[in-house]
Amino acid sequence: MSQPIELPRWIDVAVLPAFNLALALLVAGVVVTFVGFNPAQVMTLLVKGAFGSATGLSYTAYYATTFVFTGLAVAVAFHGGLFNIGAEGQAMMGGLGAGLAALAWSAALPAWLMLPLMVLAAALFGMAWAAVPAALQAYRGSHVVITTIMFNFIASALLGYLLVNTLKEPGNMTPESRAFAASAHLPGVHEALGWLGIEWPKTPLNLSVLLAIAAAVLVYLGLWKSQAGYAVRAVGFAPEAALYAGMRPKRLVMMAMAASGALAGLVGINEIAGVHGRLLPDFVAGAGFAGIAVSLIGRNHPVGIVLAAILFGALYQGGAELAFEINGFSRDMVFMLQGLIVLFAGAMAQVAAPMLARAWKAIGARRG
Amino acid sequence: MDELLIGTLVGSTLRVSVPLILCALAGVLCERAGVIDLGLEGKMLMTAFTAAAVGSFTQSLPLALFAAMCVGIALSMLHGYACVTHGGDQVVLGMAITMTAAGLTVVLGIAWFAQGGQTPPLPDTVRLSRWFVGAGEVVAGIPVVGKALSLAFFGHTMLVYLALALVAGVWWLLYRTRFGLRLRAAGENPAMVDAAGVSVLGLRYQALALNGVLCSLAGSSLVLAQNPSFIPNMTAGRGYMALAAMIFGKWHPVGALLACLLFGFLDAVSIRLQGAVLPVIGEVPVQAVQALPYVLTVVLLAGFIGHAHAPAALGRPYVKER
Amino acid sequence: MPAAAAAAAPAVAMRHIEKRFGAVHANRDVHLTVMPGTVHGIVGENGAGKSTLMSILYGFYQADSGEIAIEGRPAKIPGSREAIALGIGMVHQHFMLVDTLSALDNVMLGAEPGWRLLRARAEVRAKLDVLMHDTGLVVELDALVADLPVGERQRLEILKALYRGARILILDEPTAVLTPQETDALFVTLRGLRARGTTILLITHKLKEIMALCDAVTVMRQGAVVLDSAIADTSIDGLAEAMVGRRVQLGREAGAVVHTAGPLLLSARGLQWRDALGVLRLDGISLDLRAGEIVGIAGVSGNGQSELLDVLSGMLAPAAGTLVLGDKTFTHGRWLDTATARELGLAHVPEDRHKRGLVLPFAAWESAALGYQRRYSPRGWMQQRSMRDDCAQMMERYDVRPRNPALRSSKFSGGNQQKLVLAREALPAPKVLLVGQPTRGVDIGAIEFIHGRLRAMRDAGGAVLVVSSELDEILALSDRVIVMNAGRISGELPIDACSENALGCLMGGAEVAAAA
Repeated sequence: MSQPIELPRWIDVAVLPAFNLALALLVAGVVVTFVGFNPAQVMTLLVKGAFGSATGLSYTAYYATTFVFTGLAVAVAFHGGLFNIGAEGQAMMGGLGAGLAALAWSAALPAWLMLPLMVLAAALFGMAWAAVPAALQAYRGSHVVITTIMFNFIASALLGYLLVNTLKEPGNMTPESRAFAASAHLPGVHEALGWLGIEWPKTPLNLSVLLAIAAAVLVYLGLWKSQAGYAVRAVGFAPEAALYAGMRPKRLVMMAMAASGALAGLVGINEIAGVHGRLLPDFVAGAGFAGIAVSLIGRNHPVGIVLAAILFGALYQGGAELAFEINGFSRDMVFMLQGLIVLFAGAMAQVAAPMLARAWKAIGARRG
Repeated sequence: MDELLIGTLVGSTLRVSVPLILCALAGVLCERAGVIDLGLEGKMLMTAFTAAAVGSFTQSLPLALFAAMCVGIALSMLHGYACVTHGGDQVVLGMAITMTAAGLTVVLGIAWFAQGGQTPPLPDTVRLSRWFVGAGEVVAGIPVVGKALSLAFFGHTMLVYLALALVAGVWWLLYRTRFGLRLRAAGENPAMVDAAGVSVLGLRYQALALNGVLCSLAGSSLVLAQNPSFIPNMTAGRGYMALAAMIFGKWHPVGALLACLLFGFLDAVSIRLQGAVLPVIGEVPVQAVQALPYVLTVVLLAGFIGHAHAPAALGRPYVKER
Repeated sequence: MPAAAAAAAPAVAMRHIEKRFGAVHANRDVHLTVMPGTVHGIVGENGAGKSTLMSILYGFYQADSGEIAIEGRPAKIPGSREAIALGIGMVHQHFMLVDTLSALDNVMLGAEPGWRLLRARAEVRAKLDVLMHDTGLVVELDALVADLPVGERQRLEILKALYRGARILILDEPTAVLTPQETDALFVTLRGLRARGTTILLITHKLKEIMALCDAVTVMRQGAVVLDSAIADTSIDGLAEAMVGRRVQLGREAGAVVHTAGPLLLSARGLQWRDALGVLRLDGISLDLRAGEIVGIAGVSGNGQSELLDVLSGMLAPAAGTLVLGDKTFTHGRWLDTATARELGLAHVPEDRHKRGLVLPFAAWESAALGYQRRYSPRGWMQQRSMRDDCAQMMERYDVRPRNPALRSSKFSGGNQQKLVLAREALPAPKVLLVGQPTRGVDIGAIEFIHGRLRAMRDAGGAVLVVSSELDEILALSDRVIVMNAGRISGELPIDACSENALGCLMGGAEVAAAA
């Protein structure tokens, strides 16, 4: 009985995540009721807050952008057979890279040079932060899960140190860098729409949303249309077959982790270049872990991830609105739901999948 | 160096290390049986909140401890159900528990106490009292070393002494009892244990139960000994530091204790070191000291300072293969 | 019961044992009688049913029907605990030991006398000292298993069984991992145990060992007992013939042309390989492959055939030896890798199609490019249309059903999966094709088809090396047969010189008796 029961493709791809999501929502709903709120009311307000206005929609998309990056990061590593818990630290490093580039050159370079440089720096820094644990696993046998967790903390300490000591704006009490010159600022969507003559409320949503979509497309093309992606997926599914096919598993795993880190690093573009315009601590704020949930619900596919990222963006934005509207409601409800999603879609997947498979078989038997 | 300083440092090291030691012991038991525990952070957080909340509601120390223990065991049983019985991914489950706990504790905290997630400070009657204060005063009378010794080892809460005793206890359990032998074997070669007629699942569940109790003690120590209120995310990564200490201690209770004391010492000393100038290195940034436990663990895992061999069957769910 | 009659009761009596696994009839009406204080050999090839029978005796499986009597009393054995209680102990081929614990702890685990370890250890040590003294089985009790050599680990396994009161000891292919010296030592031990009254069942395919050690022997073939006699009444030749059976005539096409081989395509000399435990799995293998021939490697699996395929295909690098493939030479320091092998015209159909031959979650058209992915991506992008077209062609020419390149690889039946893998490897017209277990888990129709394709390859001038644990298959396909035993080539025969006797002897590790 060691063969996993195979579900038909459409159940595996659509029904299973929906089922797990429903379970998570159910448990969250129970907690919500338990602390004295009306879940239906909470739900309606949440949806309204997330999608009901241009402002809400923009905020949802802004959050979703970050989640697309971290979700893609986790997914790419997963396809290579590795679990990347280090997206949090890689995102921090990505922001640091973008920030350093901006601080060094933003005064001297025009935006059309500066911004791509920042993207490159963010990707490279994130990539490096993932490549080291990957190399340690491939060549020294250190378990990548533990090392990436350690690297998350080291990243936080490093960023903190730099912000307090080297990069701090003199005279400023808070640990943050000086503001970048205007060329390092990624225009907001409201600005861009303004150029086209469309009125749009001012929100943190910025053009990195386009970068996120581009990243999703690139990941899709990379994984399913390129030879490198073919090899990475083969290694992730069947390392012995990969060896048989003349592939080099160690190299491929490193490649996957490097790509993963680069994607996580792009969070820095959304937050540092797009919103804050300066380096500050804690701009990642748990997005790396949210990325795990996004990837699990999105079934590790770019399309699913974009959808899941929008879902999570809606939860974050809706949650913020709820915190405004309802006294006593806090965004931590969303964090809890996030954890429940990881629980049901990730850890308990082995519990739900066979149940669904048996139900499916039973339905099939009754039909046939 | 001033003996008073040494004494104070040793004392604060011990106090700061307590949650680390208890969590690391929990991790040792669980992982030696073959189950990865990345949920230490979440279990500690959840049980800390439980102790604070129940302590606040009932104003009773024993009830607070008992409730925390129940919650700890419940979380570990969830861990067992998803991973041991159903073979779910142990890493993902640990993350799930930690993420859920972070949110749930604040949600409940706000709902019950309306203080932004904080619990009201527990009065001293509910918190742990300090032990051996009288003996400490006597020892302080000893010339030269007395004051230092007194500051270092006397007047701590019960949990400090309990944690040290539990290190011995876990060691004894693992290396001097039949249960410990079987548990260690289950983490290395579960097929062999199964063939010998012993239930691998049973062993793992028992290890998880003990893990739950130890985590609950760690969590309780945060509110009953250190800070009188629960504060959102008060564990601040200590669960992961305990994990690092467990690995650094090579999955051995005494090794874990030493690693925890080292990390605790670094924590206790980090504030004092700020601005201090050490020979050769120059000014030591506080973040370097904060990051040191993690850096050391990575260096160890990379094999640059000896080897850390995890239990061979760690992380692989056991399925009877016929 | 009168003492005399009790003394004559067999230690093990199995009657009318039937066992099916789905369509496979593993045990057909098997009878086994083992007298106490004897060494009884159980011989057979892979799939003969001997492992199943012993698993039933040890409680891993339950027979579909039949009776078992232990020491004269009927017995039910639902699990290994009951088997142990009845005095049956088993030493598996793959040791069940915990490397990081001491030998003493390994013996004790699960049967500790009391919950206090120190006390329990002292008690067990005392018992073991007596046991070791009585049986001559010496094991360093305080050493960690990881530090023990293979022979000592096996002694430890035997000690484990004896400690639990085993009076009937089952040994499953015990000499597979031993050097000749260690084998001799084991035999001394076993004879000693026999003298003490222990009953020993020896599962093996090594005929010399049977003749040297056993008092009686049972030969099984295809699930049934074909020979059951005292050693004195049989010989190596008799055993060999019984093991292999009268089937040399079957499977060979009447009037088949014996092919003469062409130029040398592959030449291997002195291949050596040790596994992680240090056991020598390939012990100086040398072979040549010529154009236009099918060479079959026969032998009971586990004698180095899999390792040979891995070394020749580039998946493993040997510790010593050379390989000449085409015009390139490889030595053990700089061995070929799988990609280079393909470039030089060497293709490989792996033994395990699920783990190596295909990527099961991939669609068929993606699995159909496995190993050839670089040819489809000259500039880094996979030419998906070519891949799909080629896959469709493969399916057409090799009759893979359903003809759907988009279907997930795992959804195809075993036979169709194998045909797809073969198509992928054979269609690029390689010079040398290595095939491992070509028809394992494959239905009859597909078997015929696959055999036909292999012959076609040979006729077109390629060299085919077939490894199979099915002797029928080897005999049906090969132009010459090489038999491997214990990591060595025990003999090579042209197809028309293959008799049951000769093959059985070679497979059993004995020399072929001079032809009369």
